[in-house]
Amino acid sequence: MSKVVIIGNGISGVTAARHIRKNSDKEILIISAETEHFYSRTALMYVFMGHMRYEDIKPYEDWFWEKNRIDLMFDYVSHVDTDNKMLEMKSGENVTYDALIIATGSKSNKFGWPGEDLNGVQGLYSYQDLQLLENNSRDTKRAVIVGGGLIGVEMAEMLATRKIDVTVLVREDVFWGNVLPKEEGEMISKHIRDDHHIDLRLNAELEEIIDNGNGRVKAVKTKDGEVIDCQLVGLTAGVSPNVEFLKTSKLEIDRGVVVNEFFETNIPDVYAIGDCAQFKETVNGRKNIEQVWYTGRIMGETVAQTICGNKMSYNPGPWFNSAKFFDIEYQTYGWVFNELKENQADYYWEHEKEKICLHLIWNKNTDEFIGINTFGIRLRHDLFDKWLKEKASIETVMTELRNANFDPEFYSHYEKDIVQGFNDSTGKEIRLKPQKWWRKLISA
Amino acid sequence: MAEQELNFSVSGKYAQYLNLWQKLGMILALSGTGIILITWGGVSLTNNAAWLTVVILSIFIGTVMFTYGTYAGKTAGIKNDGVYFRSHTARGAIGWAVGIVLTAFYVFLYWFPSYLGYQTGVNGTNEGLIALFDPLSYFFKGKPASQWFVYGSIYTLVIVSLGIKFIVKYRHNRYHIIRTISVMIAQLGLAYLVPEILAGMNYNDVSQGGEYLGWYDADLKNVWPLDYDFFYGWHLDAMQQKAYQPIGMIYLVWGILLFLIVTPIITYFVGKRWYCSWVCGCGGLAETAGDPYRHLSSKKLSAWKLERWLIHAVLVLVFLMTAVTLYGYFFNTGTFFGLEIYTYFQKPYGFVIGAIFSGIVGVGFYPLLGNRVWCRFGCPMAAYMGIIQRFKSRFRITTNGGQCISCGNCSTYCEQGIDVRAYAQKGQNIVRASCVGCGVCSAVCPRGVLKLENGPEEKRLGNEGPIVLGNDGFKIEK
Repeated sequence: MSKVVIIGNGISGVTAARHIRKNSDKEILIISAETEHFYSRTALMYVFMGHMRYEDIKPYEDWFWEKNRIDLMFDYVSHVDTDNKMLEMKSGENVTYDALIIATGSKSNKFGWPGEDLNGVQGLYSYQDLQLLENNSRDTKRAVIVGGGLIGVEMAEMLATRKIDVTVLVREDVFWGNVLPKEEGEMISKHIRDDHHIDLRLNAELEEIIDNGNGRVKAVKTKDGEVIDCQLVGLTAGVSPNVEFLKTSKLEIDRGVVVNEFFETNIPDVYAIGDCAQFKETVNGRKNIEQVWYTGRIMGETVAQTICGNKMSYNPGPWFNSAKFFDIEYQTYGWVFNELKENQADYYWEHEKEKICLHLIWNKNTDEFIGINTFGIRLRHDLFDKWLKEKASIETVMTELRNANFDPEFYSHYEKDIVQGFNDSTGKEIRLKPQKWWRKLISA
Repeated sequence: MAEQELNFSVSGKYAQYLNLWQKLGMILALSGTGIILITWGGVSLTNNAAWLTVVILSIFIGTVMFTYGTYAGKTAGIKNDGVYFRSHTARGAIGWAVGIVLTAFYVFLYWFPSYLGYQTGVNGTNEGLIALFDPLSYFFKGKPASQWFVYGSIYTLVIVSLGIKFIVKYRHNRYHIIRTISVMIAQLGLAYLVPEILAGMNYNDVSQGGEYLGWYDADLKNVWPLDYDFFYGWHLDAMQQKAYQPIGMIYLVWGILLFLIVTPIITYFVGKRWYCSWVCGCGGLAETAGDPYRHLSSKKLSAWKLERWLIHAVLVLVFLMTAVTLYGYFFNTGTFFGLEIYTYFQKPYGFVIGAIFSGIVGVGFYPLLGNRVWCRFGCPMAAYMGIIQRFKSRFRITTNGGQCISCGNCSTYCEQGIDVRAYAQKGQNIVRASCVGCGVCSAVCPRGVLKLENGPEEKRLGNEGPIVLGNDGFKIEK
């Protein structure tokens, strides 16, 4: 019986373990230095805000692992010896493997800012970061968050619940401007600033973090020379692969562990998945390092097949994602970039009063539907997945928009308004179809 | 770490954040409650009509003021900040205190109504708490209050007051607004006003020529087997009482139709939510007064196992007990194979299930075990509809493809203790006997993953394969 060792107990590693167990009788060991059990990283913010306890963000009860014969080890891998197929642990123990999966995730980016290692300066990625934030926020009156992205907005929301004044420095001219088109970015910026009283500074960059003389932050200085007093600095300008410990190994490391589409590294029987993997060539038009919950899960599902003898390459379907900015939910299906690409046309609709909007992108020559952003309206993933695979036209999407709605029952519907506006701005004559049962649509 | 900081002191760390409206509202509502407690303690007031008005208004207005202070000025959206930091909602000292007071109230209500002042005065007049409600009872039906009248009045006041709080809390979600208005109307109208008015019009609960004609449950929606004494002899007789016709017979026929025909049909189309979180009184209290405690239900697999044994055992018991009762009624006997029906069947069921389970544990333990203990572990009506919902219904909670991030908000805030996340993260729909369709999992989901809906039974379970939508390397098994 061969032994599979997985380093990292996040969504990627745990999904791999579960699927290897489904398909084989192999010995499985998951090693983590972060927590004893798998927890949902995306839910750390809710523990800080008091919505849940740590135990509530563990997707499986603690007996699950033994029942499924998945061994757990709470230790840190300090060296990977691929010649002898052996891991050297911090505790001094050695662990052998027949197949090794590296799924060690990310760490928060630091860009060499002066003062970035002071006390009170931190990112938000791991369980340890959460513990640190609990300590760092204790006597904090004002916090400065550097970076306007998904972790930045989470951290702002978290700290605001502790009655801490929050300043967010965003390099772009709207929130998450490197991803969101200007219209959505402006709406979200307004929500953060006006509705939640966050001091949002756009076009603002960090110059340095200032020491209070005792090794703790006392202020930050922006590139404009402004000094903002604060007791806590959140660094949320992205994350990068957590692969430092592999630098002493023979594995090829660039920004992440370099892999092909089968997650194979340069060394046989060693695979890398999740945030820490870097594809030599991008797959299905995606980034070569993907740091998303569901891509980690898909990689875990896929590598498990290969390890169980059914060699399979990474093949994610059409892009999708979701997030929440304070009160506003966001979903996206297909590709919507912050600026239109060549041959793309778009239509943006925003509610008159409320912060609800929708942004459609299509090919202006072929009318092929390319992507949709939606804020405050829930949409059906399976339907958009189908449309994107079929290369459905923008006409199809608009005509069937009612069937794509996934909002709770009795919610107000805006499809009529959206299609009206779409017709007015494009000169097309879309007639909205009445809502029919969506399953019929999918099997049709 | 937040976990270690769980606050068990009476003055939780968030107390300092109470604003003026919250403080005023709390003082007002607690004053009203205080008057109830004082009269419960045996103090009889002299002007009950005035004091009762003060009690009702102060509790209602105080709750509304507290609600205003809590949610006004905040954006519409999920309001669960600090739930696990507050003593009241995290099984701290305040939570335990509330639980003990509620439990004590039920103990007195069921077994020691005299301690509430029921018929303890001269010539059997009421004193204390029961006497406080005499004026209202006289207003409706020209006779003094019973402990049940007091209970019904307070119950209704609580559902209406805290229903308003719930609506404001979830004002961004129209499903919650509509179903909460529905439970408020059902309680105030069907469960409270209609029965009292019928009694006032001499169609129920009256004496004629010195003879008491009997009483039947005139709450149109209180259906057997939740209403376990529906088929008791005295209840059947009361509904057939000449003086109560035609209303009494309408209730008798409706009661049987409701159980036999109406319930299965509606449950087939929309799931058991039509009852549990839209009209039911127990559900109404759980959804309004019990809302702050919904996360306290256990999500463990072991709790689910216990639930299935308990709730179905109660269902079997109520069928047995009722069958024996009807045997006694139609064969005009008080015994069943030598066993006295009252002593061996009705009394134990009423004592263990009716009083201890549904009242004391069901409501008294809200702040300790969550707000749906009775609905989840004990209610035979829920068990009956649950079987229909699980095996023959169009209702499901649909999971939105591969959008789930396993955060656990859905499971945590499921009052029925369903591990919603376990399904959602696999792309499976949630088809569970116990789901009461409150819709909170869908509301608290940060990624728009869950939707309560009715649809064809075909493919009702959602994703059947191990691979979740979004991975094209696999064929999803259909």
